Amino acid sequence: MNIPESLRYTASHEWVRAESDGTLSVGITDHAQDSLGELVFVELPEAGRRLAAGDACAVVESVKAAADVYAPVAGEVVARNDALAEAPNQVNKDPYAAWLFRIKPAEGAFPENLMDARTYRKSFSEA
Amino acid sequence: MRRTPLYDAHRAANAKMVEFAGWEMPLHYGSQIEEHHAVRRAAGVFDTSHMLALDLEGTAARQFLRHALANDVERLRLPGKALYSCLLAEDGGILDDLIVYRLAEDRYRIVLNAATARSDLAWLERLRPAGASLRARHDLAMLAVQGPRAREKCWAALPELRAASEALGVFFGAQAGDIFVARTGYTGEDGFELLLPAGRAPDAWRRLHDAGVRPCGLGARDTLRLEAGMNLYGQDMDSSVTPFECGLAWSVALEGPRTFVGKQALARHTTAQRMLGLVLEERAGVLRSHQAVHGAHGEGMITSGSFSPTMNASIALARLPAACEPGERVQVTVRDRPLAARTVQPPFVRRGMILV
Repeated sequence: MNIPESLRYTASHEWVRAESDGTLSVGITDHAQDSLGELVFVELPEAGRRLAAGDACAVVESVKAAADVYAPVAGEVVARNDALAEAPNQVNKDPYAAWLFRIKPAEGAFPENLMDARTYRKSFSEA
Repeated sequence: MRRTPLYDAHRAANAKMVEFAGWEMPLHYGSQIEEHHAVRRAAGVFDTSHMLALDLEGTAARQFLRHALANDVERLRLPGKALYSCLLAEDGGILDDLIVYRLAEDRYRIVLNAATARSDLAWLERLRPAGASLRARHDLAMLAVQGPRAREKCWAALPELRAASEALGVFFGAQAGDIFVARTGYTGEDGFELLLPAGRAPDAWRRLHDAGVRPCGLGARDTLRLEAGMNLYGQDMDSSVTPFECGLAWSVALEGPRTFVGKQALARHTTAQRMLGLVLEERAGVLRSHQAVHGAHGEGMITSGSFSPTMNASIALARLPAACEPGERVQVTVRDRPLAARTVQPPFVRRGMILV
């Protein structure tokens, strides 16, 4: 299972990447895409939407099942990856390149409190 | 969990394995959507060894099946001819669906679903008269080779099949040495189903693979059968419904004086619901089983829903009010939102062509 060291992770299998402009890119992990199977539909939050940490804000659907994607931290959606609408299986092919949306974290949001790669790997290999 | 003779071949091909009806089966070998397209466009092979073949033999075999099955084996005039039928309970509820082949005057072969094989066998054993024997063929493996190029690739991989199967009509089977080859399937494409000694299955699988037939898993099998408008037992039908609620009235031979298990109940039965297909008209989700359907004639429910790779749209089978007709607009509740769909007469796709 591919779990890049450079990213942060949630217990609900989102990955988070800090961008140079201070925003956070959010996607689903290799483990998540592998469990779901090939994606055939994604629903992404609109730019401008304000999210609390843990809000269900996107949906990914595979041939087999639908799954919610949760906001890893509080903040405002500043972009969404519209290219996925036509090619949702990009998430399967390269889960860490196929970001779903970007958040500008709210004041007092601490993405550094999310799991690092080692902790994330342990979290589901023990489950 | 039980394993088929091809378990090692699946693992070697990096299949994602899942539990299905007590068997450890391949879900896909990397991409179930590409496997689906391979069957629509060229050829794919499925391990269906979890299904159970039953051989019936004896002077009373024909009468036995005429009594046990909702369809009438008397329709099988020619040797090798196959028939689709439901196995019904006395109340008309569906215990299973099956294919029966007439091998000879007093010999038949039935193929049963994996999940129901054990209970079917017990049920049939109770109905079995003297003069008919019943033998479960746990010694056989089963492969389904499906797609527009399936037959030619089968002959390239297994040349010994050609003579017996070249002139085989659709829904006929024949014995070719120790392999029973039938022109049947569960995908809506041409092809063969092969029943062969378990020990020969790995070699046949390898030869088919070397001939360019793509290994396909249960994932592609499900989207292919859904596009073909074929019911899945346990999902689109079970013992709580009769064939009339499942689009299977054509498979019940009610005419004539023949009595069969469930006939009296069906004769009294009034059907409030029917099976129709749905095509989702908005790209806003995926149709799934148990989603509620709302239309001008009342409420219904999806029994099987998924994404159709051939149509690049979401499709479903749904049990709807009997007054509902193909071509109507309905709403389906998908993740708490009403989405627009239209009703269609299945199949959605046959022989590579979109029909709805």
